[in-house]
Amino acid sequence: MITLTINGLDLSVEKGTTLLEAARFFGFPIPTLCHMDGLSPYGACRLCVVEIGEGSKAKLVSSCTYPAEEGLKVRTASSRVVKARKMILELLLASCPQSKIIQDLASAHNVGQQRFRQEHEDCILCGLCVRMCKEQMMAKAIGFRGRGEKRSIGTPFDIKSDVCRLCGGCIYVCPACQLRCTYNEPEKAICGACANLSPPCIEKEEFDDMMCSMEPCVACELDKD
Amino acid sequence: MDESAIGEICDKHVGDRGGLISILEDIQAKYGYLPAEALRTLAEKTGHSLVDIYGVATFYKSFSFKRRGEHLISVCLGTACHVRLAPIILEEFERQLGIKAGETTPDKKFSLETVNCLGACALGPIVVVDGHYFSNVNTRRVSSILKKTRAGLDKIEIKGDQRIFPIEVSCSRCNRSLMNPGHLIDGYPSVRVTVSFNQKHGWLALSSLYGSHNVSSEYEIPDDIVVNFFCPHCHAELIGASKCAECGAPMVPMIVRGGGVVQICSRYGCKGHMLDLIGKYKGLCLNCANRETCTFPIPEGGVWQCDEYC
Repeated sequence: MITLTINGLDLSVEKGTTLLEAARFFGFPIPTLCHMDGLSPYGACRLCVVEIGEGSKAKLVSSCTYPAEEGLKVRTASSRVVKARKMILELLLASCPQSKIIQDLASAHNVGQQRFRQEHEDCILCGLCVRMCKEQMMAKAIGFRGRGEKRSIGTPFDIKSDVCRLCGGCIYVCPACQLRCTYNEPEKAICGACANLSPPCIEKEEFDDMMCSMEPCVACELDKD
Repeated sequence: MDESAIGEICDKHVGDRGGLISILEDIQAKYGYLPAEALRTLAEKTGHSLVDIYGVATFYKSFSFKRRGEHLISVCLGTACHVRLAPIILEEFERQLGIKAGETTPDKKFSLETVNCLGACALGPIVVVDGHYFSNVNTRRVSSILKKTRAGLDKIEIKGDQRIFPIEVSCSRCNRSLMNPGHLIDGYPSVRVTVSFNQKHGWLALSSLYGSHNVSSEYEIPDDIVVNFFCPHCHAELIGASKCAECGAPMVPMIVRGGGVVQICSRYGCKGHMLDLIGKYKGLCLNCANRETCTFPIPEGGVWQCDEYC
């Protein structure tokens, strides 16, 4: 067991626990976007920053990737953490203003407006869909491509991947386009991702109900009737 | 697409997780670009997923999915080159070739690319053509660079190339001259030595131009064998203690007139050589026409970048 202090409270946790897991277990809320139970930690969105150390050595780390250390002093909601988190939310809001999840997070952290040039991306490069595809769906159909400002997520050569089963897992976990899929009416979709991916129900016979994440699905309900 | 060729390239880097980039480099060297089919074969052979391979291939700018031309022209647009008007040089290339950066001419001769920095900012603006660096390029030189490229850059221009200069050598044992004015190679007296290999014993004439690898010999010498060198005067074997940096074969030392030692690799066909001059002039000064009248201070190690000095 490892003993550490979170927000002044002495706690002990199992070895190998991350700061995020420890804090959440003891009831300290830390917002996240790119973290999901069952997927490997990635540290992409930086929303889960916490402050560790004391005095001049204090620094911000991403709690989802930082393992608990003996005697570590963690602050999950210090003024420095809150300031950093607000800035990150503002930046996320600037790149993906239509995302319901990001809007909700921003409003929960009192970020009422953002000062940056509005982009209308449909991706924050959090890598959730890539990890979902690789670690849960065992498909490895999508991945990161390019680098720098040209970095994007997609299939190799931008054509439908041979290993993609159209499970919809990537859309299900996406914080930028999640729940905006319009199922059997892809032309009405806001993000357009469904139009590109074609939801599993369209080829229902072929794939049956194999690992479909689209639930509840209007197409399925209509099918039943 | 030749599957066995891809297999061969993979086998060369087998069991090496970091070998992916080397494999991609080899495929690109073979085809000039990365064909989609080759990447699929590679994914099958190595067990990497296609997504990972594609991610690596798109991450590095040196990999290309489009067929490139015979010659690749890279114009540096890094900060230092940019302020020395590299964009105008790029425009001049675009105008003369009739293509935009990132494109290939319809005859598949030239591909034009921009790079962000080559790390040799003092020499800027820099243009690299097929691995040959052109420094301090201006728009007037663009057409001559293209002309040289069309003629073939690997052909060595003996008169114009500063890196090539004649040396006179003598035996490291008896100090008698090895020069043979009766047999000219590259227009200069050749260096005559005796060689033995595979129980054959005959003469070998080397070009005395440092940087030229032209030779002629009594018997035809197969590539890649290590040859024993002897002095034609004292018949002592010319063998040094050091090994070739490129292939590991023993080096053959010869004394350079004016001070210094030149060492050549004893493996036939290997181009490893080393020149160590202990004379008054080192580096670029050695071959500079103004070396006697130069007013600039010459550092002890010689001048290796002489634009400021001459």
